[in-house]
Amino acid sequence: MRLRRATWLALPLLIVSPLLAACSSSSNGSSPTQASSSSGTSGSLKTGLKVFVIPKNLGNSYFTTSDSAKSGGALAAVQQLGESGSETSGTADTPSSQIPAIQAAISKGANALVLSATDPNALCPTLESAMKRGISVVTFDSDAPSCRDLFINQASSQALGASEVDLLAKQIGESGQIAVVSASADDTNQNVWISYMKQELKKYPKMSLVSVVYGNDDTATSTQVTQGLLEQYPDLKGIISPTTVGLPAAAAVLDTAKYRGKVALTGLGTPDEMKQYVADGTVKSFELWNPADLGYLAAYAAVELSSGKITGAQGQTFTAGKLGTFTVGSDHQVLLGAPFVFTSANINTFNF
Amino acid sequence: MQSENVRERLPWLFRWETALAIIVAAIAVIGASASPQFLTANNLFNLGLSNGEIAIMVLPMTLIIITGEIDLSVASILGMSSCLLGYLWERHWPMIVIFVVIALVGLAAGAVNGLLITRLGLPSLAVTIGTLTLYAGVAQILLGPTTVANFPAAYTNLGVNAVPGTGNALTYSTLAFAVLALIFGVVLHATPVGRGIFAMGASPEAALFAGIRVKRIKTILFMISGLVCAFAGVLYTFRLSTAVANNGVGLELDVVAIVLVGGISIFGGKGSILGAVLGVLAFAGIQNALLLTNFNQEASGVVAGGLLLVSVFLPGTRPLWRRIAAHSRGRVAVRKAA
Repeated sequence: MRLRRATWLALPLLIVSPLLAACSSSSNGSSPTQASSSSGTSGSLKTGLKVFVIPKNLGNSYFTTSDSAKSGGALAAVQQLGESGSETSGTADTPSSQIPAIQAAISKGANALVLSATDPNALCPTLESAMKRGISVVTFDSDAPSCRDLFINQASSQALGASEVDLLAKQIGESGQIAVVSASADDTNQNVWISYMKQELKKYPKMSLVSVVYGNDDTATSTQVTQGLLEQYPDLKGIISPTTVGLPAAAAVLDTAKYRGKVALTGLGTPDEMKQYVADGTVKSFELWNPADLGYLAAYAAVELSSGKITGAQGQTFTAGKLGTFTVGSDHQVLLGAPFVFTSANINTFNF
Repeated sequence: MQSENVRERLPWLFRWETALAIIVAAIAVIGASASPQFLTANNLFNLGLSNGEIAIMVLPMTLIIITGEIDLSVASILGMSSCLLGYLWERHWPMIVIFVVIALVGLAAGAVNGLLITRLGLPSLAVTIGTLTLYAGVAQILLGPTTVANFPAAYTNLGVNAVPGTGNALTYSTLAFAVLALIFGVVLHATPVGRGIFAMGASPEAALFAGIRVKRIKTILFMISGLVCAFAGVLYTFRLSTAVANNGVGLELDVVAIVLVGGISIFGGKGSILGAVLGVLAFAGIQNALLLTNFNQEASGVVAGGLLLVSVFLPGTRPLWRRIAAHSRGRVAVRKAA
C-alpha cells in the first residue's frame, strides 16, 4: 500500500518534469526557425530554403500529382529552384489531422508552407503563428482566406461553379432535379463552388438542386451517398461531383444499364480515372485543370515570397518557370487559368 | 532464490507501469536524438494541443474499463457537445448558459449509457456502439453540413496561448488533464469507492454480495464520462475555433488504445491512473517523434496499432514467463544437488 501511494504520487512529478525540461530549453525552443536560407541565390531567389507541401490528406491521387516531383508538381519546382522540401500531412481530410503536420513542419524549420486547407478557419491559429515567425504561407486548391499570404486558385471559383452547372444543363436539356456529391462539409473550395453553382442555377428556372451529400473524399462513403441519392430522388436527372474522388465513385454507381444515359454526371475528375466512364457513355464531359501545374505554381509563389521578391500585394507579377508570368489579383489570389473540359474527343491525350 | 527475494522486496520493479515508464523515457531519448526539436517548449506545447482532449477522455475511460465495462461513445459525445456549442452560439445564447446546457447534456448522455447497461443488463460494448451512432446522428441534426466558426477570441485563444506564467509549454488542456488525473487518481487509489471499482471488475458478483453498490457506481461513472467528454468537446471546438458535425470522429479508438497501452486490463479489475498517464505520454510521444523525423505518416498507424497489440498480448504471456522461471530454478536446484 505504501509503495502504491508512492507510485501515483510520482504522477505530478511526471507531469512537471517535461515542463522543467521545457523551461531550461525554452530559450532555444522559442527562437524563430528561419534557420538555413543560404546566401547563394539563383537570379534573385534564395536557395536552400525549406519548403513543406501539406495537402489536405495523403493517399489522394490528385494531391500526389500536384505535389510530387515525378509528375512535375510542387516538389519538382522546389528541386529546380535549389530548395529542399517534402510532402507531409495526415490521412483524413480533417483539420485535426492536418494541424499536427503543419506544426511539425514549423518545428522543423520551414521557411515556406504550401498547403491545401481542410477548413477555412480551424487552421488559422497555427498558420498565424507560422506567419508571425516569418514563414511564408501559400494556399493552393483550397483556401484559408484570413490566414495566408497568397492563394493559388486553379481557376476563378465563379467560373468553376458556373461551368459545372452549364455542362450539366446542356446534358439534361436544362430541366430536372439535380444533386451534388461533394467532399467534406468544411472544405473551403467545395463550399465556394457550390455557392456559385446555386447562383448559376438561377439562370435555369426549370432545374432545381434537391440535395448536397458528402462523400468525405473517401471512395466507399462517396459510393454510399450516391446510392442514397438515387434511392431518395427517383426523378433525379443529373449529378455534379466536384471532387476527383467523388466523380469516379459516382460514375461507378451510375455505370449500370439502369442509370446510364438516364442520370447525367459531370464534375471534376482526373483523365486517367475517368477514361473508362467516358468511353462507355456514363459521363459525357467533365472538367479539371492540371494539378501538377497548380502545385508547381504554388511552390514557385512560395519561394518568391520567402525570398522577399514579392509581398503578395495586388498587381505584383512574378514568373513561375515553365508556366510563364502571373499577376496577383484581388484578395491575394493568383489564378492558374481557365478550367479545361475533357470529352471523349480529347481525353486519351492526357496521362494523369 | 535471489530473484524471489527481489520480487518480494521491490514489487514495483516488476509492474507494468515501471516498464511503461522506461519506454516513455526511451521514446524521449530516441526522439530527442533523432530530432533536436523534440523536447523544445514549442513542440511540447503542440503535443499538448493535439492530444489534450484525447488525454482528458482517457481518464474516465480508465475507470470504466477497470469495472469491466467500456464506453465507445466518448468521441460522439465530444462531437455532439461541439455541435451543441455551435448551434446555441449561432442563436446568440450567452456562453455561460451554453456551458451549463452542455454539461447537462453530457451528464444525460452518460446516464443513458449507464442506465441501459445497469438497469437493463445490456452489454456495454453493444450499448455504447449504439449510442456512438445515435449521438453522432444528433450532432449531424444539430448543425447539418454547416460550420460555426465565429467564437470570441477570448475562448479560442486556448488553442493559441499557453497558460500564463508557466513558460511556453503548458496548454490549458494539459493543465485540465493534470488536475483531472490527480482527482481520478485519488478517487481510484485512495478511497473506498476506488477499491470498489477494482472489486467490480475483478469479480462483479462478489462485489455485489460484499455490499458494493455496483449499479449505482457504474451509472455514475458513465455519467462522469459523459460530462468529461462534453468538456473535452468544448475544448476541442475552441482549439480549432470550428464547430462541425465531424469533429472528433474516430477518436474513441485512440482513447481505448491508450488505456490498454497503459496496462489497464480489458477484462477489468487491474490498472492504475499512473498507467493511463504513461500511456498518454507514450502514445503521443511516438506519434510526435514519427512526425518530426519525417517517417511515413501513413505508417504511424501501424506503429500505434503494433504498440497496442503488444500491450494486450504481453500480460497474456505471464503464465509462460512463470513456467520459464520455474524451469530455470528447477535446473539450478538439480545442479546444486549434483
